[in-house]
Amino acid sequence: MDIMPKWAEVFLVPLISLILAAILSAVVILAIGENPIDAVSIMIKGSVLSVRGWGYTLYYATNFIFTGLCVAVAFHARLFNIGGEGQAALGGLGVALALLFIPWPHWSIALAAATVAAAAFGALWALIPAYLQAARGSHIVITTIMFNFMASGLLNYLLSNSLKPIGQSDPATAKFNAAFDLPTLNGVLTQMGYKAARDDSVNITFLVAIAACFAVWFLLWRTRLGYQIRAFGQSETAAKYAGIKPVRITMIAMMISGGLAGLMAINTVMGEQERLVLNAVEGAGFIGIAVALMGRSHPFGVFLAALLFGFLYQGGAELALWTNIPRELIVVIQALVILFTGALDNMVRMPLERLFLRLRKPEAPPPTAPPPPGPTRPDHTPEGTVKEA
Amino acid sequence: MPDTQPPAIELRGISKAFGPVQANKDINLSVKRGAIHGIIGENGAGKSTLMSILYGFYKADKGEILISGQITHIPDSQAAIAAGIGMVFQHFKLVQNFTVLENVVLGAEDGALLGPSLSKARKELTALAAEYGLDVDPDALIQDIGVGMQQRVEILKALYRQADILILDEPTGVLTPAEADQLFRILGRLKEEGKTIVLITHKLREIMEITDTVSVMRRGEMTATVETATTSPEALAELMVGRKVLLRVEKKPAKVGALVLEVRDLKVTDDKGVQKLRGISFDIRAGEILGLAGVAGNGQSELLEVLGGYQKAKGTIRMNGEEIDLTGRHSDAQSRRARGIAHVPEDRHREGLILEFQAWENMAFGYHNDPKYQKNALMMDNDAIRADTAEKMARFDVRPPNPLLAAKSFSGGNQQKIVLAREIERNPDLLLIGQPTRGVDIGAIEFIHQQIMRLRDEGKAILLVSVELEEIMSLSDRIAVMFDGQIMGERLPEKTDEKELGLLMAGMAGEAA
Amino acid sequence: MDFLTIIQVLDGTIRLAIPLLLACLAGLFSERAGIFDIGLEGKMLMAAFFSAAVAYSSGNAWIGLLAGIAASMALSAIHGIASITFRGNQLISGVAINFLAAGLTVLIAQDWFSQGGRTPQLSGAARFNAIELPGALTRIRDIRDAGPFMQLYSELISGHSILVYLGFLTVPLTWWILFRTRFGLRLRAVGESPEAVDTAGVSVVGLRFAAVAICGILCGIAGAYLATAIQAGFTKDMTANRGYIALAALIFAKWRPWYALYACLLFGLFFAIDNRFQNIEFFGIGLPVQFMQSLPYILTVVILAGFVGRAIPPRAGGEPYVKER
Repeated sequence: MDIMPKWAEVFLVPLISLILAAILSAVVILAIGENPIDAVSIMIKGSVLSVRGWGYTLYYATNFIFTGLCVAVAFHARLFNIGGEGQAALGGLGVALALLFIPWPHWSIALAAATVAAAAFGALWALIPAYLQAARGSHIVITTIMFNFMASGLLNYLLSNSLKPIGQSDPATAKFNAAFDLPTLNGVLTQMGYKAARDDSVNITFLVAIAACFAVWFLLWRTRLGYQIRAFGQSETAAKYAGIKPVRITMIAMMISGGLAGLMAINTVMGEQERLVLNAVEGAGFIGIAVALMGRSHPFGVFLAALLFGFLYQGGAELALWTNIPRELIVVIQALVILFTGALDNMVRMPLERLFLRLRKPEAPPPTAPPPPGPTRPDHTPEGTVKEA
Repeated sequence: MPDTQPPAIELRGISKAFGPVQANKDINLSVKRGAIHGIIGENGAGKSTLMSILYGFYKADKGEILISGQITHIPDSQAAIAAGIGMVFQHFKLVQNFTVLENVVLGAEDGALLGPSLSKARKELTALAAEYGLDVDPDALIQDIGVGMQQRVEILKALYRQADILILDEPTGVLTPAEADQLFRILGRLKEEGKTIVLITHKLREIMEITDTVSVMRRGEMTATVETATTSPEALAELMVGRKVLLRVEKKPAKVGALVLEVRDLKVTDDKGVQKLRGISFDIRAGEILGLAGVAGNGQSELLEVLGGYQKAKGTIRMNGEEIDLTGRHSDAQSRRARGIAHVPEDRHREGLILEFQAWENMAFGYHNDPKYQKNALMMDNDAIRADTAEKMARFDVRPPNPLLAAKSFSGGNQQKIVLAREIERNPDLLLIGQPTRGVDIGAIEFIHQQIMRLRDEGKAILLVSVELEEIMSLSDRIAVMFDGQIMGERLPEKTDEKELGLLMAGMAGEAA
Repeated sequence: MDFLTIIQVLDGTIRLAIPLLLACLAGLFSERAGIFDIGLEGKMLMAAFFSAAVAYSSGNAWIGLLAGIAASMALSAIHGIASITFRGNQLISGVAINFLAAGLTVLIAQDWFSQGGRTPQLSGAARFNAIELPGALTRIRDIRDAGPFMQLYSELISGHSILVYLGFLTVPLTWWILFRTRFGLRLRAVGESPEAVDTAGVSVVGLRFAAVAICGILCGIAGAYLATAIQAGFTKDMTANRGYIALAALIFAKWRPWYALYACLLFGLFFAIDNRFQNIEFFGIGLPVQFMQSLPYILTVVILAGFVGRAIPPRAGGEPYVKER
């Protein structure tokens, strides 16, 4: 039964968790001898008080939207996909293969091709763990972690051998055709006569990411497939009773999840680096976990959480530049967010529930009142959801 | 007995709330030493909660407990055990992959090393077994022994801890009538030894048969405590429900039509290689109810799963004369629904409903491919589903009739009505219905029974699976009894009685059916 | 490949298997009690850093070991509070702990030592040095010339740090605790059926916290071994996914101590082969080094896929204990 109103569950709980994570992060900064207020002001200045800052904040947010959606879709099927990192890496391979060898006539067509390739490669990398989970019961958390390592081994091999242009020393592919460069915010601003920053950052992929949010929302709450994914995630036994096939849904949900992670590569590989390098994902796959948890697995929540992490990431880079605080601070903050919004969720919820229970007690009907199942207060029927009280 | 002796158990003003649900309200109870006391009440009346408080499994919000006249603070089960209380829960609290001996010793070891504890327990177990007729193999794993045996282990656990007060929560639900009789004999012997016994049940017959005194609970309150000898089943039923109850359904003579379902030599083997169905065969015709009686766990669930399409099997099933695919591509629940088979599953929480989903989403559950529910090739028509749900909820008197409410917010009876509305309103040729009234209040039971009879009178075939013999007897046109994956025999309800069915349920075949 | 090479590979196997084994037994205690722990990696890493840092400043490896254990147990406490007290998701808590360790170790290392997220090199008593058993040869030239038994004794049996011998002793000790003591009986019971333990009058929370604490101690020793015995100091991410491999070994071992030893030795062998032979010819085809490095992960997936026998985890594993209503 719902003790708390929905707004408290959806906004208040994550907000309080976030504040707790922020307080602890401040403690960590204090402990290493820096001033948290200075740190925050450097972060804000470097990420949202300039066009250049915004460019990077949104660039990182784009990555996190994709990986956050990746984890969120899997969560809806009650699958914990930690493999976003590897799936995004493979997505990068897809992008590289699509752009290195085919002379697309226009960047937009190249973008479409790269999108398809990125999603397909990411989805395929998620397919084997999905199959093993669905058909053989292998723990998907551990298999997806293993697939992250294997992805990095595979890319390492390909980039140091077959995909490396002859005569180049660093493990990376050749530059893509310059005609495939994606339109960037900087480019648009420059055309409009606004003096923009020097470096490219956020590009058109940001719009693709927003479209992906809508697409995921539509999929989950408006289509039959989404209905089946959610039903399966809530109860596998019930899904079987209803004729929803667990193996099929697990595999489809994981492929969608992996595909979303793969899409991240169009932002990094095609939009930013314009070639495939080692470690192009840079932990964004893992940040997706924090983003999905904070966003309560809802696309809009994921969008907001991704913006926040975009800010943290860009701000953290600035911190590392101007202070002695290493970039690893972001990893700590990310860990604290996962801990508080994901694992210690009840620590916030339980006292809140007690509070709400106390607030509503006076409205409850007196104990002697005849208790027919009230039309407005179902929670007060004596049976409630009590199976055997 | 002199009245100066304090009662074995005395509860004063016990109250307990689970979140917004008040499970126990200001309850007072007194049980005499050496008596068998019954607590009877509907599902959700708060009987188990009250006794779990006495056993320290839950903590009461208010009130005090007196054991033999002493105020006793029972914050956990350890304190209850120390006060001489033992409890056999409805769902046994045993470690499945431990032996009987290890289960008995767990929590009552003498010292940090296991060896001495086990050998001491083995000796005592033998003595207890001889004293009370509670024979069990101490080295058998729990997962390998039957529920009747497991119950003995639970009783032995309590006796090993030297319990003076033994609480049993719905102990006969998993037993055949013969096993139940045996249990009652054991309880009788414990009573002779001076032990106090509290029996929680919803079966009036058991109360009348074995208890000395009885308390009635309704909606979290204790409504009466009487001497069993001075009351009658009808009076108790009225106290339980708060009004007069119609205990039997009106049944018109059946108008039996064409053959709908033919099952021949159906076999199911589970993952561990255990045969769950050992070649069963039966027919159901239009306009009749076949009642399937039996103790839980004798293959009824597997049979429903096979017919419902989510359990593979060997053998033949014909529906309206056409053979059904039992192993291949069309052996899924969707294909069965397309054939006109509707299914109200045994466990609505695990199978029939998605508790977190709203009522309208549950109304489409299993029928989410219905063309009526689609807006176009891609989208579901959520508005259409909501409208349809509102209509069906009104027709089945679901309260509150709000399609946007999550399934978990409805009471057990109303949840069952949602499932029933979804399945019956599909106008199926065959309705599979498992434990239709489990965990449902008496008011809803009447309604559900009427709906089942209505469907039968409309000429549908119905397979009713229930562990409640009374329900089987009053609804069925024919009764088949299952034991150990087989059908032991078929009887007509007017030509049999509970005793004969009970023997069949225990695997003792009468003359070949 | 001569006999000595084989012995040297086996020697490497032992060195590399010990941290896996300790982590695996750590996981065994936790998971047998019903608490899944994918945070083994993080705990080892945290212990590795603190043991190296404290060993460096105190000059004593044993004090370092204690510090490592304390750090690891602090993370265990977080895991316990999240998954036992607040009934949170154990997987998510484990993931958080891994990130927390990965971030904090570098952050603190940079703050304390300013050497790019590592500790200074340890030497002398700040490390656990090899123990030479009586009569064992120490110079490689002498060993090469010795007979096979002497080679076996000197190279394989002798010459490990005390933590290696302790690590091996942990296996029978774990077995004995689990199957011969009251605590072990209760521990196994709480992972299978916490309600049975609860109604038998034993505290589920207490037992689970005890298990998680033991898990912390063993992870602490594993981490200290990495940083103060195998290596001479802490480096960023030095656990190199051993925590995850240990989990796979635990599943492979079906949550049993002796099998855990065999599984960890097998993984250790893979790492040792990989360390010793960068490129392996296999039926005339050269296997790339990246493939060899991925081999333990591939093996893990094959094991998890159940192609080497299906494992049944503790029944109540991963589920917080909520009294049914």
